[in-house]
Amino acid sequence: MSGKEVMLITGTRKGIGKYLAEYYLGKGYIVAGCSRGENNIKNNSYAHFQLDVADEKAVKTMVSDIYRKYRKIDILINNAGVASMNHILLTPLSTVESIFRTNLFGTFLFSREVAKVMSRAKHGRIVNFVTVAIPLRIEGESIYAASKSAVETFTRILAKELGSYNITCNSVGPSAVETDLIKSVPPEKIQRIVDSLAVKRLTTFRDIVNVIDFFIKEESDYITGQTIYLGGV
Amino acid sequence: MERSRILGIVYEVMKELNEGLEDEKKLELNENTKLFGSDSNLDSIGLVNLIVGVEQRILDELGIEMDLTDEKAMSQVRSPFKTVSSLVDYICSLGG
Repeated sequence: MSGKEVMLITGTRKGIGKYLAEYYLGKGYIVAGCSRGENNIKNNSYAHFQLDVADEKAVKTMVSDIYRKYRKIDILINNAGVASMNHILLTPLSTVESIFRTNLFGTFLFSREVAKVMSRAKHGRIVNFVTVAIPLRIEGESIYAASKSAVETFTRILAKELGSYNITCNSVGPSAVETDLIKSVPPEKIQRIVDSLAVKRLTTFRDIVNVIDFFIKEESDYITGQTIYLGGV
Repeated sequence: MERSRILGIVYEVMKELNEGLEDEKKLELNENTKLFGSDSNLDSIGLVNLIVGVEQRILDELGIEMDLTDEKAMSQVRSPFKTVSSLVDYICSLGG
């Protein structure tokens, strides 16, 4: 058994997930990550699992493999997410299903399986990802924001159901971040989102890490069921 | 899967749960002990802890990944979680 903290991060092939994996590896954590694609993080303390986060069997196998190896999972960061910007009148049902599968079902599956491990240890931190598109009610993001709204409510209730096991559950809600997720969004639309924030700039990786560091630190065992939106909405 | 081994695992988890229960609520290590319903000493969270504990201990001791709460279990008219005996029978029926 290792004395190091074990962290599971979903969606680590690129964007925020990759950044988080590298950041926490740099801080000495053991990190297990997953994505639909192959591993591109080279580090002895990193284990990669190639899977779809909504594939129940694959998720269960990943979590039990990590448990078998380290006998614990201290932190879960449900970062994997997909977005699709479109007007409701032009949105196919298959898009809705695919967004909910990754954003909600994936978050649910990992939370359930990892919470089983955490509940036995009577300790754990779960951090989920939401978006400022919820409070800002951004046109074109109805399905993406609705899926994240579901994640937010899920997280708040999860916090209550898991509180007695000393597992905290919180959400971080970035505004626009320079990742693939927003590459299809027109620049003027991004500018409008930024203009509606109290602090008028894009979200940086550092902003996100700052909130996650706060949620997972030892002293934050009384912080649960909360959402922190970035940029001031 | 050997029934006596599974029964032993269930008893081990029951013993763990008993540590947190008041004397009059402690679970008797007996195959007829009720696990839920009005005549059970376990409340709903207690049953959740028992099921998760048994899943985890089967993984720990037998290396078998088991899902005791799939739709099949949840939709049965006679719940497999009614008594210690029915739970053990159910686990054995899942094989692995």
